[in-house]
Amino acid sequence: MAGTKITLEQVRHVARLARLEWSPEQEERLRADMDEMLAYVDKLNELDTKEVAPTTQVGEAGMPMRDDEVTNRPAAEAMLANAPSSERGYFKVPKIIE
Amino acid sequence: MNREAYEAVIGLEVHTHLLTRSKLFCGCSTTFGAGPNENVCPVCMGMPGVLPVLNRRAVELAIRTGLAAHCAIAPYSIFDRKSYFYPDLPKGYQISQYETPICKGGYIDLPATENGEPRRIRLTRIHIEEDAGKNIHGENASLVDFNRSGVPLIEIVSEPDLRSAEDAGAYLRQLRAILRYVDASDGKMEEGSFRCDCNVSIRKRGAKEYGVRSEIKNLNSFRFVEDAIDYEVGRQIEIVEGGGKVAQETLLWDPARKETRPMRSKEYANDYRYFPEPDLPPLIVPAEMEEKVRASMPELPADRKTRYVRELGLTEYEADVLIADRDVADYFEATLPALKNRKSAANWVMTEVLRVARDSGESFVEAVPPAAEVGALLRMVEGQKISLNAAKTAFAAMVKSGKGAEATIAALGLAQVSDESAIAAACDKVLAAEPEKVAEYRAGRDKLFGFFVGAVMKAMGGKANPKVINDILRAKLTG
Amino acid sequence: MASELNKLTIADASSKLRGREITATQLTRDCLDRIAAAEPRLHAFITVCEREALEQARAADARLAAGNAPALCGIPLGIKDIYATRGIRTTCGSRILETFVPPFDATVIERLRADGAIFVGKTNMDEFAMGSSTENSAFGPTMNPHDIGRVAGGSSGGSAAAVAAYECLGALGTDTGGSIREPASFCGVVGIKPTYSRVSRYGVVAYASSLDQVGPFARSVRDAAIIIRTLAGKDARDSTCSARPVPDYERALTGDVKGLRIGVPREFFVEGMQPEVEKSVRSALKNYESLGASTVEISLPHTGYAIAAYYLVATAEASANLARYDGIRFGLRVNAEDNIALYETTRAHGFGAEVKRRIMLGTFALSAGYYDAYYLKAQKVRTLIRNDFERAFEKCDLIVTPVAPTTAFKIGEKMNEPLTMYLSDIFTISLNLAGLPGMSIPCGHDSNNLPIGMQLIAPPFAEETILRAGDAFERTGAFKPRTPAV
Ligand SMILES: [Mg+2]
Ligand SMILES: [Zn+2]
Repeated sequence: MAGTKITLEQVRHVARLARLEWSPEQEERLRADMDEMLAYVDKLNELDTKEVAPTTQVGEAGMPMRDDEVTNRPAAEAMLANAPSSERGYFKVPKIIE
Repeated sequence: MNREAYEAVIGLEVHTHLLTRSKLFCGCSTTFGAGPNENVCPVCMGMPGVLPVLNRRAVELAIRTGLAAHCAIAPYSIFDRKSYFYPDLPKGYQISQYETPICKGGYIDLPATENGEPRRIRLTRIHIEEDAGKNIHGENASLVDFNRSGVPLIEIVSEPDLRSAEDAGAYLRQLRAILRYVDASDGKMEEGSFRCDCNVSIRKRGAKEYGVRSEIKNLNSFRFVEDAIDYEVGRQIEIVEGGGKVAQETLLWDPARKETRPMRSKEYANDYRYFPEPDLPPLIVPAEMEEKVRASMPELPADRKTRYVRELGLTEYEADVLIADRDVADYFEATLPALKNRKSAANWVMTEVLRVARDSGESFVEAVPPAAEVGALLRMVEGQKISLNAAKTAFAAMVKSGKGAEATIAALGLAQVSDESAIAAACDKVLAAEPEKVAEYRAGRDKLFGFFVGAVMKAMGGKANPKVINDILRAKLTG
Repeated sequence: MASELNKLTIADASSKLRGREITATQLTRDCLDRIAAAEPRLHAFITVCEREALEQARAADARLAAGNAPALCGIPLGIKDIYATRGIRTTCGSRILETFVPPFDATVIERLRADGAIFVGKTNMDEFAMGSSTENSAFGPTMNPHDIGRVAGGSSGGSAAAVAAYECLGALGTDTGGSIREPASFCGVVGIKPTYSRVSRYGVVAYASSLDQVGPFARSVRDAAIIIRTLAGKDARDSTCSARPVPDYERALTGDVKGLRIGVPREFFVEGMQPEVEKSVRSALKNYESLGASTVEISLPHTGYAIAAYYLVATAEASANLARYDGIRFGLRVNAEDNIALYETTRAHGFGAEVKRRIMLGTFALSAGYYDAYYLKAQKVRTLIRNDFERAFEKCDLIVTPVAPTTAFKIGEKMNEPLTMYLSDIFTISLNLAGLPGMSIPCGHDSNNLPIGMQLIAPPFAEETILRAGDAFERTGAFKPRTPAV
């Protein structure tokens, strides 16, 4: 039933995990949207999947592997070209607190 | 505080870089010490649209390590995404292995020590994953370098079978030896290529159940591991003795203050949301591949020790010293061809060579003269071409000059003279100059024999073969 | 308009270029002129690459003059703004990438460049390919060339509209749940989603990695076949890309469908469907029968669960794929005191509502305690859907269905009802879950003169069957797509 699948508290927890900031008004709307979706996907529980293996990929079997060779040249400038903030060849961020 | 009433229960998670030329999922160099963000490309920077392609050598090295540690190699394993946000983690997830690591089980044997019997430490698993970049912390900002991002790692997880800081140190040394034997890792802690997380709890001696554990993150030297465990065990005992409860928390070791402190960042409290990496198909290791890797395995430390004791007649102690470092053991073996006396070679490496390496501060291989030259030197001692003392003098000179054994002996004039006619002539001279002493000797003053030997040696400039002098003198005096 | 070379098919333009009847520069200029005229009403492009396109055209002309140029040499194409293009900004329809200029090309872009194709611009799309109408673009919606009050479909709406409106001869899209086939249907052009793994995804901004697939839009089946031949094939930079040899797809276009067994799934002709859609598809099926094909009713019993499974799998994968947009290495940054605040505000401002909604759902589906009930459950249902198709293809060689239950809907009509919007992909989404190839071709129009699309589905790597059947239908002349109003 819609309205019972996810609480505001859970929405806030998920938002923290996903690093997304929401205003209080947005949170309520979001909760309702997620609730509707979760109620909808509940229909999957009509199916008995106890004996079913999951399909996580639909490509062909086997992992192609590369030889251990260095194929890239240093290109620091090109890699930094899109940086919102950089200093002396580094990407600059607010001070990290460990 | 009654420390003796408690025992520590310790499990280690070791992360070590694999010795590949290129990164785990892209063709960037893994060379340490490049300028900031030089060894990066769109893939290891996590740019939009990029995809990982697995480095075969990294897989082989993980399998080699697994085989050396007696693990079962998984014929089917998958890569997973481990999600968390951190400035040095470009994609917002690390490609790792979660439910299906490439190596399962296994163990590492610790040798006996003066305090105890040999021990077997069980492993839980070994899995492959990519490293993150590196942060440099400034006053008001941090700077991020992605050169290390995507460098291949294996994570080696032990069961909680360790009982002390000393155990942990022994385990790490043994593990590092194995990694170096199989060419998986250089074990260089100073370059961050060998890092350790410790799970530590305490319990009353004899108790079966585990206590609440704390996790000390990111220790990057053996010393720190031992100090941190010692400190943490003491801290936990104090808490319990004081009637308190140990909290389950993540700690950092502060080497300057010599104490652990709780980590402030919340990143590690995350729910990692592992799920199978859709960009990489399952990793299949067919039996043939495992066999091929097995066939390419070098002799492992334990096997080498057995061989040294059984075939070369070394003591257990001598063998342990030599095998501890693969470079040293390889060096020792490279001195052996054409030598009869293995034991003297072992002694020479354990004393003279290791001392030079210790004093130099360089790596072993860089510090010491080529093994073949030391072999040549020892062969000359065996063949009585030089004395043991002369060999020591020559070795010291070789370390300085970098010249070979023959050239050094020649340059320093250290070769022994065994030419009988020259020695006989010197003997005749000495005996002719001391007729009274000759008479005394012949009358029974045996002690004078040493005087004659010394006088002949002096006359020969100290280079005569003492055995030849003995033989000739004895013949002339009794004759 | 003097020449209107932009209205040529790729096949015709290619032969005229190689016969030196026209030049790539003339052809490109006609496309750019058309773009200049139509864009104010259509908004099919986010970035028009006039200077680069004319440079490419000059190079193509030189190559054509030298002889032996590939089929796509000198052909102006539109590129969905999801493909990394070296030196040309790649926004993915998002504020968060508004200024991002990739230092590399996607593999398919590299292949098209190598063949001498011309890129007239980067086409509009739903932000991060999340949507079915191109209304979720941060840069405003694309209008349907047949009725500018209606959506072009999505997420590759810009590419579909550009091809329909003669702004280019073909275009690239991507299809995660129907994002090529649905806009192709709404705009009245041909759109193919090849088998998963047939075409490299390297350099294609990821939405849902196990579902995303690259494909072309064109105004004929033959043109689409020409493009996918260049796109398809092994790529050392994509570990999921198939190493199977790529057939010469044009050779499959024989016009002969005699003996072809066409499956018609009963679950795809449902109540609530626009009657004209069903009528057009049924009439196309009659055409196939008259060409010697047979039709057989089949069942795909788990069709009704596809959308639910899709929205868990796709959003879960997306939640990780979109974690890299954090304001550190590229793209938008909203400054803040600490890193956590920097992430949260950057992502809150940089992403649109639908993208954030999907990241939230996907994060929840993977979070501790919910993984089994949501993510894993969906992947198990995916197995059932895949098995449905496997069983169905024991009875038939090709499956024919409508592409969407309705023709293009009005702009704004479904914007505030995510679930209703999601349901417009009901006929396309299960192919992505199963990894199957599918094509949308125009087969009719409704009373408002809006195009209706028919979907042809084949087993993995049977693109040739789809192309042959699509081309055979085109040849009957039973339906001629209309020239769009714009
Ligand atoms: Mg790890
Ligand atoms: Zn790289």
